Amino acid sequence: MIVELPDTTTSKVSKEIVAMRERGGVVTLGRVLTLVVDTQPDFVEEAIAAANEASREHPCRIIVLAEGSAEEKTRLDAQIRVGGDAGASEVIVLSGYGELAGESESLVSALLLPDAPIVAWWPHGVPQDPARTPLGAIAHRRITDAATEEDPKKALLGLAGSYAAGDTDLSWTRLTNWRIQLAAVLDGVGAAKVRSIVVEGASDSASTFLLAAWLKKALRVPLEIIEGKAGTGIHRVVFTCEGGNVELARPDQVTAHLTQPGQPEQQISLPRRSLRDCLAEELRRLDPDEVYGEVLTEGLAACLSPERAQA
Amino acid sequence: MPAEEKAGTRNPLRDRRDLRLSRIAGPSSLVIFGVTGDLARKKLIPAVYDLANRGLLPPSFSLVGFGRRPWSHEDFAAQVLESVKAYARTDFNEGVWKQLAQGIRFVEGGFDSDEAFEKLKATLEDLDEQRGTRGNHAFYLSVPPKSFEQVCQQLSKHGLAKTSQGKWRRVVIEKPFGHDLASARELNNVVESVFPADSVFRIDHYLGKETVQNILALRFANQLFEPIWNANYVDHVQITMAEDIGIGGRAGYYDGVGAARDVIQNHLLQLLALTAMEEPISFNADHLRAEKEKVLAAVRLPEDLSRSSARGQYTGGWQGGEKVTGFLDEEGFNPESKTETFAAIRLDINTRRWAGVPFYLRAGKRLGRRVTEIAVVFKRSPNLLFRPHNGDDFGQNAVVIRVQPDEGATIRFGSKVPGTQMEVRDVSMDFGYGHSFTESSPEAYERLILDVLLGEPPLFPRHQEVELSWKIVDPFEEYWASLDTQPEPYAPGSWGPDSANELLAQDGRTWRRP
Repeated sequence: MIVELPDTTTSKVSKEIVAMRERGGVVTLGRVLTLVVDTQPDFVEEAIAAANEASREHPCRIIVLAEGSAEEKTRLDAQIRVGGDAGASEVIVLSGYGELAGESESLVSALLLPDAPIVAWWPHGVPQDPARTPLGAIAHRRITDAATEEDPKKALLGLAGSYAAGDTDLSWTRLTNWRIQLAAVLDGVGAAKVRSIVVEGASDSASTFLLAAWLKKALRVPLEIIEGKAGTGIHRVVFTCEGGNVELARPDQVTAHLTQPGQPEQQISLPRRSLRDCLAEELRRLDPDEVYGEVLTEGLAACLSPERAQA
Repeated sequence: MPAEEKAGTRNPLRDRRDLRLSRIAGPSSLVIFGVTGDLARKKLIPAVYDLANRGLLPPSFSLVGFGRRPWSHEDFAAQVLESVKAYARTDFNEGVWKQLAQGIRFVEGGFDSDEAFEKLKATLEDLDEQRGTRGNHAFYLSVPPKSFEQVCQQLSKHGLAKTSQGKWRRVVIEKPFGHDLASARELNNVVESVFPADSVFRIDHYLGKETVQNILALRFANQLFEPIWNANYVDHVQITMAEDIGIGGRAGYYDGVGAARDVIQNHLLQLLALTAMEEPISFNADHLRAEKEKVLAAVRLPEDLSRSSARGQYTGGWQGGEKVTGFLDEEGFNPESKTETFAAIRLDINTRRWAGVPFYLRAGKRLGRRVTEIAVVFKRSPNLLFRPHNGDDFGQNAVVIRVQPDEGATIRFGSKVPGTQMEVRDVSMDFGYGHSFTESSPEAYERLILDVLLGEPPLFPRHQEVELSWKIVDPFEEYWASLDTQPEPYAPGSWGPDSANELLAQDGRTWRRP
């Protein structure tokens, strides 16, 4: 069910939600968090689709801020979606026009769930300093996506500069399966044997840089990043070890091949993760991801600076 | 804890704070005996696929079927594919399937065939070579208990149970773990003569359920419940496991077993242990088991078993718009059977925490609906302010943990009825997993199979727990066997025979309607 509330206020929206609950009993109260999505009108549907899917794992109230044009007459349009149109959640789309175009916290504050964590998500465009935006300041977790920026490397360095506990980036989430496999590989090989590392990936793959930063920080051995064709994601990771190299390579972006000395080659299904998967993983934990913080602030600098010096 | 971590060669990629890195099983294979059975087709194989799909199995993982069918590896793979498509929880993914299918093998033969076990041995050696399973193999005995001995001995005889440096062999067995204390010991002797105790994984799939693990979280992660979780506040505890189906195709198995041996001895007593135990000092398997064993050992049987137990057999009749057959008339069943399809017992726990708090356990088939729950019922409040009602209306708070279906927890408490009268009525405050968390939490078997491959035993009962459970159930069984009467009949779709109600009525209590 979709209810349109043109030219309204958030307290009217709030009343309407309660009224809908009483009328139809369609809205349950067992929500675990509020997800605030800050985006542009063009991306609203895509973001809602992913959030709805993720809400099946984490029932939440989703508030989508779709910034309207600042040129138009000042007004607030709202839309409430529940039931079949909203997955396991309730979705509120707010579009502010005119003077309301830039507002965020003042629009959502009346609609936040009481006593439940707030997650802010910028599906497109990384804000300057996520934790200091009005929305970021009230959120427990802040999800950005450096991969959507034109220069992901620069975006990551920007995020590193402004990092605050509770920040996270979807290019880190996309890495999880790679990291799981690599950790499992090292369980068998023994980390002490690794002499140096090569990480190869697309020049525009934020995940590649984070992967390199993570490995560098954890293993503290020389690491080389090879940048390849844009748009192809992570290509391969090679551990140069005593007694032969261990390589995890994904030439086709779907299946990875693991080669180890004295072992048959093995295949691992390692496709690029969907937005929904990544978002669901992010919502699973609501405390700061310290490992990400350290990789971003310490590991990344260690990996990227010598390279920048070369350039 | 896995061997590689004990050895002090910690993997620097594994940061304790990094909760995103789920552990995937190391190189290994799973050998299923009885692979054509219902359990294997509907639960085990789909769970293996779901694990693979979630990326929790190693790339070398191999699945070996052992059975009498004249199948090739490809035939077996086709069977596996069929059950994956029919029963897997997660979506079908061609890439994952291809990877899994490469490691599927079938060994044809009976349990008595030396040749077949030699072939199995060759197959496993082959897998070590071709797939890199590195000599790690788990044997899942999805076979009737009477075959355990033969399979174990064959595994031992052909050197399949033997481990060498850095390699493991594990064996997984399903309930029933015997039919009384003596047979449980015998069974254990057979299994543990071949495999060391640490390598024996007894599966009670109930313990793999999220809700059951949530009992620990509910009790020990909250400040709200633990202070009142004792005899000062708790009046009694009811643990119910009801099924709405009859014995159906299990006629052959069920005669002589009955509800008490089938579910009370394992599932219900495990739930009792988790509900009643003290806080373990860690989630380490030894610590958890120590507490469970303590509480099971502290269970005291009532002196008069006749007044503290009830049993019944369902009759034929109408249930939910369907004509159902009575227990004694089930096809292929012994019409004179005294096996009970409903059992209820009262137990006491001889600890300071639970002194004077009875635990009522009931289990049965063809009851009102399918439900498993633990209800902790609190003492009546004094109610000085409110008009005394005729008893049952309100006053007894309860915390109900619903294990299945509709997993979650409910708190019942009194609330004022709107209006001018000061009237109070019981209301429910409800937490449903489906509301607050994922709709499809992992199947119990996924969790358990992964734990077997990882070698993490916390969720598996040890032999000691099995023995203690039999010591609780055996006296009831002996008492019932000594009676010359049939179990009391009850109508299908009801909540058991009158004697079950009598059991609580004599203590001034009633069963909850779950």
